[in-house]
Amino acid sequence: MNLTRKITEARKSLDAHVREIIKWHFSPKTGCPFWLEFAENLDFDPRKEIKGYADLKCLGHFEDEWLRGGPVRRWVPKAYADEPIYVFETGGSTGVPKSRISIRDFHIDYEIFSESLSEEGFPPGSDWLMLGPTGPRRLRLAVEHLAQHRGGICFHVDLDPRWVNQLVRYGKNEELDAYKNHVISQALNVLRAHENVQCLFTTPKLLEALCEKISLPKVGIKGIFCGGTEMDAQFHRFAREELVPGIDFIPTYGNTLMGLAACKPFDPADNYAIIYYPPHPRAIIELVNPENPEELVDYGETGRVMLTTLTKEFFMPRFLERDEAERAEPIPEYPWDGVENLRLLTELQESVVVGVY
Amino acid sequence: MIHIPILRAGRSYRSLNTVRVPHIKTGEPLVEVSQANRGLIAKDLLDIGLQKEVLGQRSAAELISICKKAARLFATETLPLDGTVQSPTDYIQQVSGTTGMPEALCEQNLFKIQGVLENIDTVLDGLTRGLDLEVLDTGWGTQNGRTLSYVCETDSLGAVLPSNSPGVHSLWVPAIPLKVPLVLKPGREEPWTPYRIAQAFIVAGAPAEAFSFYPTDYTGANEILVRCGRSMLFGGGSTVAPWVNTPRVEIHGPGRSKIIIHEEEQNNWEQYLDLIVESVAKNGGRSCINASGVWVTANGREIAEALAARLARIEPKPLDHPEAGIAAWANPKSAHSISSLIDQHLKEPGATELTTGDRVVELDGCTFLRPTVIWCDDAEHPLANIEFPFPFVGVVEVPSTQLVEAMGATLVATAITEDASLIRDLIATPLVDRLNLGTIPTNQISWDSPHEGNLFEHLYRQRAFQFG
Repeated sequence: MNLTRKITEARKSLDAHVREIIKWHFSPKTGCPFWLEFAENLDFDPRKEIKGYADLKCLGHFEDEWLRGGPVRRWVPKAYADEPIYVFETGGSTGVPKSRISIRDFHIDYEIFSESLSEEGFPPGSDWLMLGPTGPRRLRLAVEHLAQHRGGICFHVDLDPRWVNQLVRYGKNEELDAYKNHVISQALNVLRAHENVQCLFTTPKLLEALCEKISLPKVGIKGIFCGGTEMDAQFHRFAREELVPGIDFIPTYGNTLMGLAACKPFDPADNYAIIYYPPHPRAIIELVNPENPEELVDYGETGRVMLTTLTKEFFMPRFLERDEAERAEPIPEYPWDGVENLRLLTELQESVVVGVY
Repeated sequence: MIHIPILRAGRSYRSLNTVRVPHIKTGEPLVEVSQANRGLIAKDLLDIGLQKEVLGQRSAAELISICKKAARLFATETLPLDGTVQSPTDYIQQVSGTTGMPEALCEQNLFKIQGVLENIDTVLDGLTRGLDLEVLDTGWGTQNGRTLSYVCETDSLGAVLPSNSPGVHSLWVPAIPLKVPLVLKPGREEPWTPYRIAQAFIVAGAPAEAFSFYPTDYTGANEILVRCGRSMLFGGGSTVAPWVNTPRVEIHGPGRSKIIIHEEEQNNWEQYLDLIVESVAKNGGRSCINASGVWVTANGREIAEALAARLARIEPKPLDHPEAGIAAWANPKSAHSISSLIDQHLKEPGATELTTGDRVVELDGCTFLRPTVIWCDDAEHPLANIEFPFPFVGVVEVPSTQLVEAMGATLVATAITEDASLIRDLIATPLVDRLNLGTIPTNQISWDSPHEGNLFEHLYRQRAFQFG
């Protein structure tokens, strides 16, 4: 199938998926209290009016304040009321953290992502080290599930990124260094004691810190799934050329609200640009004009990230993220829009301490 | 477009992450500067000990002779610039273009740096108080019948540098003959001077490994300060706050340099106006060694008025004008916000502006702040003891007995007085970094005297040593 046709097919499946998700969330039998109450204040029935992705406009923009504070059960779809519920929080670097409930979404997202990992880099049956933020974050359980899904066991190290942010904010360099060393030394213990750990999840900074202490190929690491904070092309190049040459290095972009985006397979022609594709049709990213979010930017142009999450557990239409990126063309593996060089919005870059772990 | 690379222990590296710095007049990008990611700096610094070994193989005497050769190269020769070349004239125009310092002042700074390199033996004599530098080659020696030993406390000197004036770069230059590799983080608008000094050294025969040059963001700067055994950090406020209690980081904050006049019954102040004007306004008033305060015990208002009349003669001129004496602002917003801040403080009682006319001036596509004189009859007024990077001066009148305590931390104090008690207080106070007794402008530097901290003492420690 040629790319144009794949794009058309993907769009069709998205529209069908939107109809299904709208029906689910706005039905009194299956929907969550939040969206059912929301619908009561509308002068139309979303199930009738919304026939595809483009029609989501009639719901406006999802507001992040809705996710701050409780009651968190208002987000639980009635159909899942008796299921075990998880709650995950976002970074917490901007006041009261946003929280999102989950049941199996994080399993599904990571199972889909697992299909993009190579067997050479992430051998089935090999164990993992998860060296990243723990606590009320999705990543901790998600990476563990990824390991289990691929037949491995996941080792962990405690890491509190909010404390790290505090140390950075107040310039406590020595404490920051001590905490980093504390975390890294635990990781080294795992790597030295457990020979079957061949896969690693970590953040860019922890990867750098780890590489100062140990040769990852020598201890048997074959694949690194790196994420948690923004990465730029220069870091990507530095990682591949100098930090972990020869290791399968997979940058990723994920967050509690979206799920996990896959990275475009490495191509030297991209000059290390990091291009992500969201997990269509479960999540859609559009890049919009920051001054006018109704206007999509052209390919190659910079826009603000507008995220729509469309799963049976969580519906979040047209949420304006605090990130910006360049709009990337669809590719055969991912025949929908991608984002290139994702980063914090320029206007926020001086004011926020972001993911310093 | 001109590109300035990273130097990784002398090796050029082009980053995928670059910053384009515009010409302040046209707004067009003048140079693209490769930016080092934090991890790259950290990784390089793991091996900095090796670079020190390479530099250490040269004798201090040889490195001094390289410095002298570099002096000529820096000031007069065309030097490499990432595959192209840069003449001294190019350099002057480029520094002026991105920083707003008039070309004539850039040229004066070029000669200042040349002077430090040329007179490096005298500079080192001043820093070490005449130590025979062979002691650094062998680790110990005998001088004036005494056995001496010095141990170097670091594998590198990190320097997080400003963009205000090229002359400031003469401060870290002695590290090379002192056998300590450099890890330089240039200011955003002024990558030119540290890069050119490094090139001059390398062409003169210094080991390239001794020069690491990392244009980077604050996280990269932090990495340098965390990892280098000794550093110098330029900046104020929140930039330096985390490091004020870290002795291995030498802070170069605001100077708040001052001229002090206390003459009992005499009334000679008019004789000192030239000295005050030079101290306030030389080099565009941009340096921390420029006076930002004139503290007197009598005639304050008259002195302030006369000074305002004299400084008003210094008008903004195009940057290529041979008599241009005031720098343009790379960021016009900063000029406006500083001017607003001054106006805001003037609303509080206790201070009067004596200069007249617009403070912010647009000329030839550039934004300038004209010299500003404030008469403060209250030494506690917020404008009494504050420094801005343009010719700004507060004139304050206080009784001689309270003067030293009231003036607070002062980088350079020039005291014109014969009062034994005041002189005693000035000599005794640790708050003055450099003390000039007599009619010496605050910006006049003596080659053989430590300036803004003592780099030798920052890098080396004398230790007990016996030879049996």
